[in-house]
Amino acid sequence: MTGLSEEVRPNKAFGWAAIDTSGVLSPFKFSTRGTGEKDVAFKVLYCGICHSDLHMIKNDWGSSIYPLVPGHEVVGEVTEVGSKVQKFKVGDRVGVGCMVGSCRSCDNCTNNLENYCPEMIFTYGAKYYDGTVTYGGYSNTMVVDEHFVVGIPENLPLDAAAPLLCAGITVYSPLRFYGLDKPGLHVGVVGLGGLGHLAVKFAKAMGTKVTVISTSPSKQKEALENLGADSFLVSRDQDQLRAAIGTFDGIVDTVSAQHPLLPLLGLLKSHGKLVVLGIPEKPLELPAFPLIQGRKLVGGSMTGGMKETQEMIDFAAEHGIKADTEVIAMDYVNAAMDRLLKGDVKYRFVIDIGNTLKSIS
Amino acid sequence: MSKSSEGEKQQKAFGWAATDESGTLSPFHFSRRENGDEDVTIKILYCGVCHSDLHSLTNEWGFTSYPVVPGHEIVGVATKVGKNVTKFKAGDRVGVGVMVGSCKTCECCQQDLENYCSQIIFTYNSHNPDGTKNYGGYSDMIVVDQRYVLRFPDNLPLDAGAPLLCAGITVYSPMKYYGMTEAGKHLGVAGLGGLGHVAVKIAKAFGLKVTVISSSPQKESEAINRLGADSFLASSDPAKMKSAIGSMDCIIDTVSAVHPLFPLLSLLKVNGKLVTLGLPNKPLELPVFPLVSGRKLVGGSDFGGMKETQEMLDFCAKHNIAADIELIRIDEINTAMERLARSDVRFRFVIDVANSLSQ
Repeated sequence: MTGLSEEVRPNKAFGWAAIDTSGVLSPFKFSTRGTGEKDVAFKVLYCGICHSDLHMIKNDWGSSIYPLVPGHEVVGEVTEVGSKVQKFKVGDRVGVGCMVGSCRSCDNCTNNLENYCPEMIFTYGAKYYDGTVTYGGYSNTMVVDEHFVVGIPENLPLDAAAPLLCAGITVYSPLRFYGLDKPGLHVGVVGLGGLGHLAVKFAKAMGTKVTVISTSPSKQKEALENLGADSFLVSRDQDQLRAAIGTFDGIVDTVSAQHPLLPLLGLLKSHGKLVVLGIPEKPLELPAFPLIQGRKLVGGSMTGGMKETQEMIDFAAEHGIKADTEVIAMDYVNAAMDRLLKGDVKYRFVIDIGNTLKSIS
Repeated sequence: MSKSSEGEKQQKAFGWAATDESGTLSPFHFSRRENGDEDVTIKILYCGVCHSDLHSLTNEWGFTSYPVVPGHEIVGVATKVGKNVTKFKAGDRVGVGVMVGSCKTCECCQQDLENYCSQIIFTYNSHNPDGTKNYGGYSDMIVVDQRYVLRFPDNLPLDAGAPLLCAGITVYSPMKYYGMTEAGKHLGVAGLGGLGHVAVKIAKAFGLKVTVISSSPQKESEAINRLGADSFLASSDPAKMKSAIGSMDCIIDTVSAVHPLFPLLSLLKVNGKLVTLGLPNKPLELPVFPLVSGRKLVGGSDFGGMKETQEMLDFCAKHNIAADIELIRIDEINTAMERLARSDVRFRFVIDVANSLSQ
């Protein structure tokens, strides 16, 4: 069904896949391509569970190809490199994020924005050049073009580094692009999950003052004491909202559920920027007056290019930024997905692939 | 704020006002402050009719204080200047736009962004700190603090130049702020009305490639032949819209009614910017996926600061840019408003105040 000819994909592999829209994952045998001259083959050690994985296994976006092996926060150790590979050697600690291919020649690709290339190939659930479907990091081994592999510095523990490959770059890139990375600026982070908790850490490391904006007062202690936020705003508290009007230079909004933008726009100073990262099912209401009267903007962002992803990893290593994870065994993955649906995780599940993904006979 | 407005004598003024939500205008006597030390008294010659005037007359936004004398595209002659006024003298051609006051001390005011001051005082439908009310340019004269008065260039026609005071700056400012002054970039102009037609002219003067996006296919000929747009996209033609996907660096959206943003966002390249200028009375619908998947943004802009407004006037004078207008008498204003509501004007009504406003 998926063109799994042995000539194209000679190497046996195994992982866990969803086979239908129930999204239930189970052991699955497949094959990877041989290591081409520009490819890096690696043993997967850890893989983060991204909320996108949950959407994809259930076909929420209508684009899923089954069997689907998710996982685009992948870290591991190089086992083989192709003859033309320059950046990596056997034994190196590497990572792969949300994409494994792009056209390499369009304006976006030549400007290190491969993530916006119209022919960008997702790490899983996408058609690759050889006609096969890509399989992600909930598996024992991957073969990826060198260009789409990043190196993980020694001082970053692999399990805590895995979520950086998607969540990390997804918040790092807009902080830079929208100029919310200057010391002294006041940045808000809406939503304290996989993305949000990393946004707090990166923004603090960039020298900004950070306020977590959340509907749950119970997260305040965590935000201030564990994550290092400077303050906490309960968005359902009208008095708190009113007191904070016009005090933010920027707000990074990681919430994917439907929610009102008007209060967030009100929190911005004039010329402030609201960055939206979550993709709600339906359009959001955008009141024109606050945008116009304060020359404010609402902008989006999606992961990041390869150059910036490596830069983000190096920045994280330099500043000791790690994701807060709950490491789980492979066979816990379905329970983890149920908990993720309820937001019951602080703040990213990471599958211990190396130690718990058993080969399938 | 000039001292003379604190309880001193007021002077008589005359204009046309609406007194209720029907928005019907009729003759109206009122008063303005005497000319203070910082003030310029202006005999009004022409006043443009902005769509905001219509929104205000019928209380569409919910904050109109009746009676309201609209008009914030004012052109006239200075008749008197206060003793601290250095920039103007009697006889000068001057203009007044959307605002007549601000705090003058905040960060915005200090950065020539008075239009974003939290204590901004609009030209009409506003109140001064001393409680007195402001009336706009559908009247015989106005008294304005010199900071908010523009020098009207000699080679700009007084009547066709009036709409620049709001429409002109409203499209000029975002072109600069959102980086659309680099020759060769591709700008879309959505809506071909008062704002849109001036946007095309200014954008061409910046050397941009301009595509007009409009729901009225019959506007194509004038967009290209008269205004100089490079191309025209009928938004009701799905095939044409599809062929233009991902082709524009920026779109200036001048449409004042609620309208879908998704088709416009699709026209933008990656990192493209949709600048929204219209002020409908209900929120717009924002599809988030195109913003995220293309790193696109939707931003607003609100006319411009005084320095930039002057810069815009001088730019237009240099490039011979004025509005395409239909000159009307003050007693034709109600009919003009009805036509404006149907977008039946090419492209701005301007009231010939001096020649038609009589008591």
